[in-house]
Amino acid sequence: MVRTKASNREVVISAKNLRKQYKDFVAVDGIDFEVYRGEAFGLLGPNGAGKSTTMKMISSVSQRSSGDLAILGKEPNTQGPEIRAHLGVVPQKDMLDRELTAWENLFTYGRYFGLSRAWLKNKIEELLDFAQLQEKRKEKVEGLSGGMQRRLAIARGLINEPEIVLLDEPTTGLDPQARHILWDRLFRLKEEGVTLVITTHYMDEAEQLCDRLVVMDKGKIMAEGSPAELIKKYSSKEVVELRFGTDKNEEAAKALKGFGDRLEVLPDRILIYSKNGEELLAKVIDKGLHPITSLVRRSSLEDVFLRLTGRSLVE
Amino acid sequence: MAEEIAKRAVDDQKAIRFGALRVAEYRFFSMIKWMGSVIAYGLGNPILYLVSVGLGIGALVDAGNPDAALGGVSYLQFVAPALLASAAIQGVMDEVTFPTMDGFVWDKLFFAINATSVSARQIADGVMIVALGRGLFTVVMYVAVLLAFGAIPWASVLPLVFTSMLAGWGMASVMLAITARLENDEGYFAIIGRFVIAPMFLFSGTFYPLELMPIYLQPIGWISPLWHATQLGRALSYGMPLELWLGVVHVLFLAVLGVLGMRFTYPKFEERLSR
Repeated sequence: MVRTKASNREVVISAKNLRKQYKDFVAVDGIDFEVYRGEAFGLLGPNGAGKSTTMKMISSVSQRSSGDLAILGKEPNTQGPEIRAHLGVVPQKDMLDRELTAWENLFTYGRYFGLSRAWLKNKIEELLDFAQLQEKRKEKVEGLSGGMQRRLAIARGLINEPEIVLLDEPTTGLDPQARHILWDRLFRLKEEGVTLVITTHYMDEAEQLCDRLVVMDKGKIMAEGSPAELIKKYSSKEVVELRFGTDKNEEAAKALKGFGDRLEVLPDRILIYSKNGEELLAKVIDKGLHPITSLVRRSSLEDVFLRLTGRSLVE
Repeated sequence: MAEEIAKRAVDDQKAIRFGALRVAEYRFFSMIKWMGSVIAYGLGNPILYLVSVGLGIGALVDAGNPDAALGGVSYLQFVAPALLASAAIQGVMDEVTFPTMDGFVWDKLFFAINATSVSARQIADGVMIVALGRGLFTVVMYVAVLLAFGAIPWASVLPLVFTSMLAGWGMASVMLAITARLENDEGYFAIIGRFVIAPMFLFSGTFYPLELMPIYLQPIGWISPLWHATQLGRALSYGMPLELWLGVVHVLFLAVLGVLGMRFTYPKFEERLSR
């Protein structure tokens, strides 16, 4: 399998100038990236950035318009079934069979990979434990909560002991508690050394789960690196968020010129980037400016995205 | 590397082969859940038909002078090939239309299946296998009822199963090609039921020879898979006179539908699943 000289890590996914066009619309516009075995790789970007389209190409079902793509050293256009035999796909919409129980969903899915019934019976026990669904094994999908359905979809994606697991927006639509349970499960997979590819428009999810990520916007990659690297490169250590009231933000921004490393004026608030947030906030107040609310926080990927595109991730 | 491969749970060759059979296995597995209604429908339908047609219309026809029009067989024997072919068509229709809509539109199960090593083509083949299995099951139930009523002789069983399954195959294939093209339901099934299946049933020489129809209505029968299967079934089951070339046309017509339907089905399945 392909190994890069620099890192000597095994490359499991390699994309060069990857492009996907639907009629007049370019969904993915010439992107390059590599995913290494055992890492959690993220595609971060707002809705419509081209993440899901990229994911479909990686899952070897949607053919690229141009460029190169190799998955596990194979060509997805001609070796789709061979590649898919070793992928675990967790689609955005779970696509579970509602007529069947949790156990039956896992069993029938495993059979598609040609796995024997005896082998599957053991594997399913392991996966029901992992997904914390033992008690719901005989429950039809309809009777499961949104979080349970998503965990079942993840368990289903693991039935063939995949080399790469693809998760498209894994926690979209889940309540905070269900998200945390899911993150915990995904983190465990990561610890076990499973290669994960995750698309998300949640920066906290990307920060929690991804070793390395690309920031995407309008079909292009804007930046690449670990969450910490990206924050270091594109943002300052801390951010001061100030709210002066919707009509007064613009005016206040004028008075704040020169404060901090950089200033962003959003419709509802002003962001000032600085090494030391508390110190900066004190200076603002010393100048006689009185924001309605103020908050000092650490920089996040949201700030990186704002810097790169001039827009928020969730709009 | 060798060690890595040994560790893999999935055997590539095993996974890639027989995908269609696995799709079929899955559907049959799910079908067990409503096996009761499949059997009830499979038995209930022929019993109702035989009671009403056989005891009602049959008595009337047989009391008259059936020899002239029906070629000397009982009315039930005359309608049996048509009833069986239409039962096969109904059976396969249920399995190509609803599961395909479910696969592409409602629960999008085909997309989940296609995420495994199973290819789009294998999914289409799997749907077809199940449709033919369901058609065969329906026909066998029907035949059992016909035999129980003494409506057909044992010797005509195999020819009738063959001709009705030929009709089922042709129809399933065409309907699969059409259903694969539907982006949403929009009352399509009602339209097919009312404007395709019902007229086909009525104008295919089902209850009386097609030649008794005015000539301008006969073409409806000529393009109907049901008529071709019925004529063939009558010739093979009780020796209704049929010229050899016409018999060949009947077989060819249905076989061409079967082959062409799948030719148009595969690329559409591939296109939809790769969007």
